[in-house]
Amino acid sequence: MTTTLNWKPALRHVFMILFSFLMVYPIVWWIGASLKDSTELSSPGIFPSVPQWENFTKGWNSVPGHTFTDFYLNTFGLEIMVLIATLLSCTLVAFGFARLDFPLKKFWFSILMLTLMMPGQVLIIPQYALFHQLGWVNTYLPFVVPHLLAGGAGGSFFVFLLIQFIRGVPKELDESAKIDGCSWFGIFWRVVMPLAFPAVVTVTIFCFLWNWDDFLGHLLYINTVDKYTVGLALRMINDSQSAAEWGQLLAMSLVSIIPATLVFIFLQKYFVDGIATTGIKG
Amino acid sequence: MNRSTTTLAQAAPSPKKSSYFKSRWNAPLAGYLFISPWLIGFLVLTAYPLFLSLYYSFTDYTLMQPMQWIGSRNYERIFTADPKFIQSAKVTVMYVLASVPLKLIAALLVAMVLSKAVKGIGFYRTAIYFPSLIGGSIGVSLLWRNIFGVDGIFNKLIAVFGIEGKSWITNPDTALGTLILLTVWQFGSTMVIFLAGLKQIPNDLYEASSVDGANKIVQFFRITLPMLSPILYFNLIMAVINAFQMFTSAFVITNGGPMNATYVYAMYLYERAFSRYELGYASALAWIMLVAIVAATLLISYTSKYWVFYETDTGGKKRK
Repeated sequence: MTTTLNWKPALRHVFMILFSFLMVYPIVWWIGASLKDSTELSSPGIFPSVPQWENFTKGWNSVPGHTFTDFYLNTFGLEIMVLIATLLSCTLVAFGFARLDFPLKKFWFSILMLTLMMPGQVLIIPQYALFHQLGWVNTYLPFVVPHLLAGGAGGSFFVFLLIQFIRGVPKELDESAKIDGCSWFGIFWRVVMPLAFPAVVTVTIFCFLWNWDDFLGHLLYINTVDKYTVGLALRMINDSQSAAEWGQLLAMSLVSIIPATLVFIFLQKYFVDGIATTGIKG
Repeated sequence: MNRSTTTLAQAAPSPKKSSYFKSRWNAPLAGYLFISPWLIGFLVLTAYPLFLSLYYSFTDYTLMQPMQWIGSRNYERIFTADPKFIQSAKVTVMYVLASVPLKLIAALLVAMVLSKAVKGIGFYRTAIYFPSLIGGSIGVSLLWRNIFGVDGIFNKLIAVFGIEGKSWITNPDTALGTLILLTVWQFGSTMVIFLAGLKQIPNDLYEASSVDGANKIVQFFRITLPMLSPILYFNLIMAVINAFQMFTSAFVITNGGPMNATYVYAMYLYERAFSRYELGYASALAWIMLVAIVAATLLISYTSKYWVFYETDTGGKKRK
């Protein structure tokens, strides 16, 4: 009896360990490969015989006239603007939907739910035409302005996530703040927002990640190398370099996933909460 | 003072009555102020562009010249004289039909194994989730291009088993497969959702059914699957919508090739609109995509009444 009881979990763990290894093997190999020279690159072994640190230094400077420092500064600058815009707009909108009653609220809420499923690619052409007429092409405005209007990459999702969270904050707190003479904005800012902090962190994380990976958007609106984001720079060295420099390309690609990885490591709790409570994938 | 009476009225057994004494809405103006960013964004950046692109699709709009109304000519050309449309639609449908079920099945199976493993669950979950965290990036697409190239490690690994390798990315028969594999590899986030869903299923359902003599397979089809079906349903729809729009990996790994074997619909849309600047024609393509996505979503929601189970349903059986 005891053997059958112990046998199954052990088997399950063996399976899970093998499976987890299979899942992360490409990434582990990637780390090793970024330090290999080109002759060694195609070996399935993880460790390079002699670590080629120059893959990183040469790769960092592989775009003529620029270094990856520029591209990271560009990307982080864009991200900061987008994050501030998103947090401002989405929290206000979510508070409105979660706490206030106004005419046609149900109607607008169902529209919000519909936009959650709206395929963004249907809108890129008219949006591009609009931003083109406004002279916003090759600026970061096509990313910042939609986020300021609770749109952009994942906007409706963030509003939805915040609504769900704010609904869980006890309404009695609003009531007592109201008695104390607090305005709606005061309730939003002093009562609800501090309590909605975990949801705000989740929104920040996903907004950061999705904008980091918004390759099509960057490709459309950013044309000159001095404004390039990391993704565009990677694509450029991918197109221009020969196979001999795979090591550098893999090294730079590896660096480009470090921000997401750090966010994940330090804020893991918020990830799982965010995914699980809304049922929407990350 | 006014506030406290409302609180009392809310606690009273007939809340309807209180609404006669109070305005129907507690903050009609403030409400619109709060949602105004979204409302303006929706009207200006979603609703208006949506109809604008419908209008464009009946014109010969390019960014350079004044546009002309050409009726349904764009659509006629797309459906009768555009082999690239047929090819990209075919590739996209194949990609959707392969990647979505594989991803969901992988997520469900691994979630079920993982939900039983108490020790080490955090470690496994992290390892499996991580690929989906970074999978959409250019970096991973470049990695994939290297792994499945002719000198890539994938060939070296299968050589151990005596299988002769080939260039998976430059072979028209296998190129799409490598992209599908990249998508399926990212099943971790879906798995986390399923894992949360599995935890919600009350254990006494399983206990009661095993008393009645149900085995594991019966339990899976009669308890696990029905209880998880609302989550499965929602994820199926979102996965289909996303799969239709697949762009980055096809653009970076294979650039639509070889021989258009990975020329997904979004790439065709991109090429028409932003390489050739035929925005009118591309808008027609975009609307066809929208109609296809809406049709797929409606089809799924139509079938959902046969397989999606809500706890409010009467009895323990699926609705017919």
